[in-house]
Amino acid sequence: MTTNVQAPVRAAQKTTTLPPTLILIAGWLIPGAGHFLLKKWIRGLLLFISIVAMFGIGLALKGKIYGPNTAELLDMLNFAGDLGAGLLYVLARVFDLGHAAVQIAIADYGTKFIVVAGLLNVIAAVDAHSLATGRKAS
Amino acid sequence: MTISHFGAVLLFSLFTSVVFGITQRSDPKRMIRFGAFCFALFVGGTIAASWLMWLIKH
Repeated sequence: MTTNVQAPVRAAQKTTTLPPTLILIAGWLIPGAGHFLLKKWIRGLLLFISIVAMFGIGLALKGKIYGPNTAELLDMLNFAGDLGAGLLYVLARVFDLGHAAVQIAIADYGTKFIVVAGLLNVIAAVDAHSLATGRKAS
Repeated sequence: MTISHFGAVLLFSLFTSVVFGITQRSDPKRMIRFGAFCFALFVGGTIAASWLMWLIKH
């Protein structure tokens, strides 16, 4: 037996006239940019500082930047995480930052910092998209 | 750059908690509370896991 329960749909309250997809992409390319476009300055600044600092510390700890050409499954997942950092990842690749191989424990921490910075950036970009579509209240 | 293991834990927990707090809650007050909760869980969980590993080894 099925019940036809309908949850009340919250009216979408768009906070901007910009397309949500643009906000999502901006937030992915530059940490916090999606929130900046929504005029949420403090949140955007905190996200920018947190993600950029985490990525920078990862590089300073001699973390590894993963490339797309690999056959290892875990390396591919790490690459996907790194890619989440958007332009930070592109800059790191262009300027050949990061180390090719992890040899000490601290460098492994650095690698994880870089991957998690990318993943956090994806969360932040999706949050900005949710704010733009009205799915998240404020 | 060199950093202690505990320093790495604190930095990781701080930045991650800030992002979790902002993205997972809507109200600024609840954001701070959730961020602090995440930070405590990250640091506390790491310390607990460290002691557990020490006990297993000894």
